Amino acid sequence: MTDTRLWWMIAALSATAFGFKALGFVALGGRRLPVVVERCLALIPAALLAALVVKDTVTIGQDVVLDERIVGVAVAAFATWRKLPFLVVIVAAMASTAAIRYGLGS
Amino acid sequence: MILRPIRAMEPEVRRVVAATMAVNVAVGIFGISFGVASIAAGADVLQTCALSFFTFTGASQFSAMSVVGAGGTATAAFGGAAILAARNFVYGLAMSRMLHFKRPTVPKRLLAAHFIIDESTALASAETDDRLRRIAFWSTALGLFIFWNLGTLLGALLGGAIDPEVWGLDVAFPAVFVAMLGAHLRSRRGQVAAALGALIFVVLVPVLPIGVPILAAATAVLVGAWPDSRKRGAS
Repeated sequence: MTDTRLWWMIAALSATAFGFKALGFVALGGRRLPVVVERCLALIPAALLAALVVKDTVTIGQDVVLDERIVGVAVAAFATWRKLPFLVVIVAAMASTAAIRYGLGS
Repeated sequence: MILRPIRAMEPEVRRVVAATMAVNVAVGIFGISFGVASIAAGADVLQTCALSFFTFTGASQFSAMSVVGAGGTATAAFGGAAILAARNFVYGLAMSRMLHFKRPTVPKRLLAAHFIIDESTALASAETDDRLRRIAFWSTALGLFIFWNLGTLLGALLGGAIDPEVWGLDVAFPAVFVAMLGAHLRSRRGQVAAALGALIFVVLVPVLPIGVPILAAATAVLVGAWPDSRKRGAS
């Protein structure tokens, strides 16, 4: 991606993010949406974050690739399940993946 | 109010500020990881800092740069991140019912809107008293904004000096997403939406252009249209 395109993406994303925040807080403030709509919107993080986890764990571009990343993400899942602090989750994931790479001498 | 020494505050206010500051500092360190990861994905320092300053919603920033790093188009990077930002709309709706300013002018409300994110919504909605709720909101909003941006800058400056693979930095993105996902897996609906989102993504990855499967995965939110089961109410 060119530098200019990346700048456009950043500008569009910033405008959109602010638009969503202000639409809910300022424009529609106090009004209620249909229960079904609010329930679907509330599920956005669950659906997208799960897809992003899969993307960054087992794919490279359009290929499914199984490598050392799986170990780090498994460690992150365990640490999250044990309710460890955010930072511990991330550092533990990075350290375990790095350690296995080092151990395999790649 | 926030700038007054913590010792001079009444106990309840001190409790609220202490709780929000703990979150703010943690987010600042988290900001470092965004800075480093964003540089590794191909952005420069100014672009990385602009994302944290103007977009200011962590999950979308991580998502956008994760697609950019994978070689996706600007449109694909924008699409996934924008859908993820839509949850801030829900937070805005919730906060507009809870946060009552003494003088609610439009500029003040627009400024406050920029700071409506996961953490400020969570900490403000945890309070029951109107005044403590405002303190929790502004203390998180301003503190987190400062720490997140400083962390990002520090990470971006460090970024170039670090080989992402050697330090396992490539798993920083998915580890962050796993940590954020945890809170959304408590309800049955959340679990089904997550499983479905992951499945849709992995099935479509080989056949659709990079970044598009992420958008397709968002259709998993339609799980919310399913009627409630008899034994438990709304999730």
